[in-house]
Amino acid sequence: MNRALVPARLRVLDVMRLSSVGIRTRKLRAGLSALGIALGVGSIVAVLGLSASSQAGLLAEINKLGTNLLTVTNGQTIFGQAAELPITAPGMLGRIGPVTDVQYTGDVPGANAFKNPFIPSSNTNALTVAASSLGLPRVLGTSLASGVYLNAATATEPVAVLGAAAAQRLGVDRVFAGERIWVGNMWFYLAGVLKPAPLAPEIDASVLVGFQAAQKYLGFDGHPSEIYLRAATDQVSAVQAVLAATANPEQPSQVDVSQPSDALVAEADAKAALNSLFLGLGAVSLIVGAVGVANIMVISVLERRSEIGLRRALGATKGQVRLQFMAEALLLSLLGGALGVGAGAVSTAVYASTKGWQTVVPPLAWAGGFGAAIVIGAIAGLMPALRAARLSPTQALWSV
Amino acid sequence: MVEVSGVTKVYPGEPPVTALRDVSFKIYPGELVGIVGPSGSGKTTMLHLMGTLDQPTSGRVIIDGHDASVLPDRQLSALRAGRVGFVFQQFFLAEHQCVIDNVADGMLYAGAPLKMRRSAAAGALTRVGLRDKLHVLPTKLSGGQRQRVAIARALVGRPSIVLADEPTGNLDSATGTSVLALLAELNASGATIVVITHDLHVASFTQRTIEILDGVIVRDAPSRS
Repeated sequence: MNRALVPARLRVLDVMRLSSVGIRTRKLRAGLSALGIALGVGSIVAVLGLSASSQAGLLAEINKLGTNLLTVTNGQTIFGQAAELPITAPGMLGRIGPVTDVQYTGDVPGANAFKNPFIPSSNTNALTVAASSLGLPRVLGTSLASGVYLNAATATEPVAVLGAAAAQRLGVDRVFAGERIWVGNMWFYLAGVLKPAPLAPEIDASVLVGFQAAQKYLGFDGHPSEIYLRAATDQVSAVQAVLAATANPEQPSQVDVSQPSDALVAEADAKAALNSLFLGLGAVSLIVGAVGVANIMVISVLERRSEIGLRRALGATKGQVRLQFMAEALLLSLLGGALGVGAGAVSTAVYASTKGWQTVVPPLAWAGGFGAAIVIGAIAGLMPALRAARLSPTQALWSV
Repeated sequence: MVEVSGVTKVYPGEPPVTALRDVSFKIYPGELVGIVGPSGSGKTTMLHLMGTLDQPTSGRVIIDGHDASVLPDRQLSALRAGRVGFVFQQFFLAEHQCVIDNVADGMLYAGAPLKMRRSAAAGALTRVGLRDKLHVLPTKLSGGQRQRVAIARALVGRPSIVLADEPTGNLDSATGTSVLALLAELNASGATIVVITHDLHVASFTQRTIEILDGVIVRDAPSRS
């Protein structure tokens, strides 16, 4: 008869059933408070997902353009003046074993390009006039938007090709026979317009002419200023190491060598840094959601005093009442969290597909979203659950 | 079975209210006892103390050999879960749960698995004559039927004692009579039942009546019939 009195433990299944009582009986209210959590989690997941997807998109683009492009440019002398690359530099660079392609341009100093001779000479549109070798689009991973590129014949004549931005600034949207622009002090016929070259943005704002034409009509000295070369992908760093000495054996220090894809990768990383602002906004809405859940739970405890009293009369311990309300708050925020992760992932997928990116929802995003929901449910549920457990059974039963 | 000895209950306040004054009685297994008194007489306090929902200021309440006045809250909960069944005036049924699950919840805190609780609930509902209403929501039932569900919930764990607090308070007299008849019938088949009420009519169904007035037992005798 005098067996020790030990309260039975609630089974996991029973705890789950109990936790859903409030949600099943007050669906709209539970739905709205879960929505608060869902909005917070959803915005966090979407921000992280979108940034990861846009990064993936950018990296995919970089990979498509190739990471094996290297650029050699004229640096500065020790007196701070622009140094010159030797005229022989492209040929020497082409003889490095793993180098597969070498193209180059030379800035033509003092030459400007205009739509026609009546444009005031100060309106240069910040365009560069440069002499170009004949295979430039190929090595830059770009192609022509319209027309044709310079060839052996046109390179000697007053013929120009426009970079994408240059065409826009000069108001050229298509190329027709006999179309001319005013370069230096004479008409140059337009042969074509290039598509944007993400790996060499300086080309976009350039007016490109042939080397011989530049020397003949624009007083160009024939020294290249930028050399673009492709190397075997696995040898890129080895090639990069010898470029300066090969391009200008006498003054290797006056040569700048760079890998343009590095800049794009850095840009992708920089984009991610902007996200902290949006993440902060997501966190704020998550906190608002938590306040909503806490509010609902407090009201729920007040409304369900008689249920709490009944459960105590049926033999629930304080701990079991506390557990029930904690579990309910957790379930609410987990529902919200799941909804939010789903919505965030879907919106990421939709946006990424319109941009043609691969959809990436990083594990940090959905795991973090769920984690935040659980933590918030626990915090929001704690106080109401403690209040529910503190209610004395007699008060709870006879106060209604 | 249930022994109340020298129990005094004082509610603190200004001035303190003495609800029960040195009350003693015993309830033996198989009895059907009515605790009768007008409102304010202390009978609800009596129910709280016998149901271990509250503790006496002095004196002892012993249920199945456990002195409820010295046990901590956890052990009192365990005591209620296994040995005390409650029937309330307001029924306190969960409206979103069907009848059988309401009754099964009577054993929830005793640790039985759901399947076992449901089969016990079906048995209890058969005993109170609601065998054909197992999967109906309580909102579809009449008041008398709801109180039968509540009685089934109190009985389902086979408690040592069932405490019924004004079980007919929310029912019309004909329905109330049938509920009392049910309690008498259940008592005849072995359940120990205490009915707490202000309704002297209840006495005609009980074997023994304890009358309380102003916190003191004024009469404890076999019911006059």
